This record gives sequence, structure tokens and C-alpha cells, in this order.
Amino acid sequence: MMEKMIFGRYIPVDSPLHKMDPRAKLLTIIIFIAVVFLADNTLTYGLLAIFTLAAIWLSNIPIKFLFNGLKFLFWIILFTFFLHIFFTKEGDLLYKFGFIEIYQGGLRQGIFISLRFFFLLLVTSLLTLTTTPIEITDGIESLLKPLKKVGFPVHELSLMISIALRFIPTLMDETDKIMKAQMARGVDFSEGTIKQRAKAVVPLLIPLFINAFKRAEELATAMEARGYRGGEGRTKYRLLKWGMIDNIAILTLFILTILLLLLR
Amino acid sequence: MQIVTKDLEYVYQKGTPFEKRALFHINVTIPSHSYTAVIGHTGSGKSTLLQHLNGLLQPTGGEIRIGDLTVTSEKKGKGLKGIRQKVGIVFQFPEHQLFEETVEKDICFGPMNFGATEEEARQQAKTALKLVGLSEELLNKSPFDLSGGQMRRVAIAGVLAMNPDILVLDEPTAGLDPRGRTEIMEMFYQLYQEKGISIVLVTHSMEEASKYADSIIIMHKGTVYKKGTPKEIFSSPAELIDLGLDVPESVRFQLKLEDKIGKEIAEPSLSIDELVENIFAYIKRVNEK
Repeated sequence: MMEKMIFGRYIPVDSPLHKMDPRAKLLTIIIFIAVVFLADNTLTYGLLAIFTLAAIWLSNIPIKFLFNGLKFLFWIILFTFFLHIFFTKEGDLLYKFGFIEIYQGGLRQGIFISLRFFFLLLVTSLLTLTTTPIEITDGIESLLKPLKKVGFPVHELSLMISIALRFIPTLMDETDKIMKAQMARGVDFSEGTIKQRAKAVVPLLIPLFINAFKRAEELATAMEARGYRGGEGRTKYRLLKWGMIDNIAILTLFILTILLLLLR
Repeated sequence: MQIVTKDLEYVYQKGTPFEKRALFHINVTIPSHSYTAVIGHTGSGKSTLLQHLNGLLQPTGGEIRIGDLTVTSEKKGKGLKGIRQKVGIVFQFPEHQLFEETVEKDICFGPMNFGATEEEARQQAKTALKLVGLSEELLNKSPFDLSGGQMRRVAIAGVLAMNPDILVLDEPTAGLDPRGRTEIMEMFYQLYQEKGISIVLVTHSMEEASKYADSIIIMHKGTVYKKGTPKEIFSSPAELIDLGLDVPESVRFQLKLEDKIGKEIAEPSLSIDELVENIFAYIKRVNEK
């Protein structure tokens, strides 16, 4: 049921993106998120599209799988697209039907904003698809290290993130299990009026929450039993290695940024 | 009600990089009023097979006939909901599905989903609670205030209250104490004998399988490795041990004893009582010679 979801999922295949240092990936994505907003004409959007497609190609993740997994997010994009089309009233009037008026500016805005959304979604989902949760948090911890000096709890934060990421698949499995158990008791999750469907969620959510709380407590006990005492003096088993690929990635993004600034 | 599978196949996450075949060409028949045990390693496809029995999973190949309803990879078949009432599944650790404020409401949940009135559902809840050996006082308690064993029973009662014709049990005794185990297994056996319902039991315990089931299906790597009566299945214990499966304690004891004395005592004994009888008969035979 939840099989198609690819949110927060890691796909263990071999690719240049998989080999990258998580810090480089995180930096690339942060910069990318910022520069996406620089684009404002066809050429610059084209550049972003090329970058996004290249990243997908380098990740070795089947495109069909990626798109299937993000299908339900496309509805949100479509929704924002229509919002822009119907409510931005700039430029020439293109089409008029009753109270519906579509302006050139609206169409342009709609397409651009949706594309922006689309690029952001694809690139950020590539991060979790090609990086294990542990790598991601190691990367975050390492990038935030300078903040330690001002007393920011870097280690605790990264621990929280890694626990959250770690339990996404577990919760998904459990959702699936409980859904099935309740379906066996006659619940219909896919049919009925909106009210009926909303009601059908209760027998799913309550057990899910109860189990999540129970698990959190067990985890805390297990960590304490194994002598966990926070990040002070703790060494790492996995060391991060910055390589050539990472230099290339950062350089590419640097060039992308300059091009975007020049062409906008 | 009878369940027949024909070349049933199931592939998890078809069309993704996680694609995984779980079932290959399964042909089994679960006749009405039968007690079938399904045994096999973790990952042998037991649980997958079991979720087909009430249409929770749709086969990716072949077909399954549940009563009059046929489910294939193309069509789900109408009346699936009716089937779910007829085929009750008790999943592993069923206490995880409890959610209502009171035990009574939770047990009523199933019957009311299948169209019972509140009055009927309450009546069924009472009967079901009695069947699982809990007292009526618990009806108004929160299910979360109960002990683990009691929660398990309440969850089982929630399925029993639907009055299924076939009861599918996925390791119903996992994590219970020995006494709780026996009580629950005896309760199911009684249901089978007195109410005439069919039982499909997935278990790791060979003792349970040999004691209660009238036929056993051994699953191995997504296929049916062997099926037959407990006598047939346990008559070749070496084969089972090769598969990494266990044999009932009594069979194991007998094997060791026969090994020590270098002679065969009798056919494999499926229970302690039978074993005692067989050894007794053997000693008698030897003494008479």
C-alpha cells in the first residue's frame, strides 16, 4: 500500500551521486535551493532543467520509479499552477470564459513557479534516495560543527534527525500492517464519503501513535543501557571523505550560479 | 467455505528497484471445516500467502478462489468486503490494532463494520469475550489498561465477534507465556471442533502444528515444499531438519533414543502420549522375545 512512497527512502545502487560526500551533497542542495529563485526567464529555467536532469541521470535511479513515487506531490504542483493561472492578472488577456480569465502573466507565473517546485522536489528527493540517513546526519553534524562554539547542541540535533529518518520506514511498515489488520476487520480506506474516510483513519492513527510512543521509550532505555551519554568525546566509525567528485559538484554549482546571475 | 489457489504468484513492489518475488506457483486447497497448519522459515512466504486468503493482497499471477469469489491479477472481484467477514485474520501481535476507549467498543468494531446493529454487536462482543476466556467485567475497561495477554485475547475476540467461517491465525501465541499459549490454542481447537469453523494456523511451533492440525503445508522460499497430514510430514524428520526446520519434541526424543539403541521403535510419535505408548509397546515386545 505504502510501497510506492519514496519519501525518505534510500535506494542502494551504485552511482556517482551515491559516492559523493554527504557534506558536498548537502551544500549543493542548499545552494541549489537558493539559486532556483534566481531564475526568471526561459533560458535560466532551461539551465536549471538541464542541471536537474543531469543529476537524476547521474543518480542511476530509474526515472519511472522516481516519478511514480512523487506522483501525489505533482497534484500539489498542479494546484499551485492553477492558483497562479486564475489569480495572477498581469499582461495580456489570453482567454476568457465566463468569470475565468487567463492572463499571459498568470500563465507564465504558473509555469515558472510549478517548474521551480518541480526542480526542488526532484533534487531534494535525490538526496535521500542516494544517501543513507546516517550519512545525511553525519554530514549535517559535520557542517554545523562551527556552531558548537556558540553552544548550539549540534550533536543532539543530528541525533534527533537521524532517529526521525531512521523510523520513517518502520512507521511506514507499521502503517501498512495496521491498515491491513483494520481492513480485515471491515474498514474501507479507499471507498465511501469524505466523512467516512476521515473516520476510517482513527483506527489507524491511534494504534500508530501508541506504538510510536512505546517505541520511543524503549529506544531511550536501550540507549541508556548501552551507555549513551551524548556527543562529548565521541568518535566516528564512518569517516567522511571529500573527493574529486565533490569538488566537481561544488564547481558545477558555482558555474551554474554565475550563469544564472548573468543570464537573468 | 473452501479456499483454492491455482498457480498463485505474488511479487512485492512490482516495477520498482525493490521488486521481490514472494510466492511462486502456489497450489493449495483449504477445504471447509479443516485445520491447516502452515510452517516455514521467516521469509518463506507464509504471511504473504495468508494475506491473500481474504483478498488483502491481490495476486500478481494465477488465481485464488475464496468460496464463490475468484480473485485474479486482473480483477479483484465484487463482494470482497463480504469475504473479509467470512475469513477473519488474526495478525501477529494483534494487540497492536486495539484503538477504542473500551474493550466492548473495540470488539464491536468489526461486527459493526460488517453491518451489525449496535445491539447485535454488543451481544457478539459478550459471546466472543467469553470464548477467549475473559470475564464480562472487562467490557467497560480501556483495552490499554489490560495486561499483554489480556490485550491479545481482546484483539482475538474482536475477530471472533465477526463470526467468521474461516479463522486465519498468524502466530497467535508469539510472546505469550507457556500457559497462555496452551489456553489460547485449546480455545481455537474447541472452536474448530464445536463451531465447525476452519482454521489456518501459521506457526513456528512444530508441537502446535502436529497436535492440532489435520494437514500441514510446508513453505520454503516462496513455494509449497510439501503438504500432507502431520504423520506424513513428520515421517521423514531428516528432511525437515535439512530445511532448517524443527520437528516436534516427541519426534526428536524418539530419534535420539532410536539412535542410541540402534533400533527403530515405531513410526514417529506426534505427541508425548503417543511416544509413551510407543516406547511402552516396544519394551513389551522386547520383553516377550
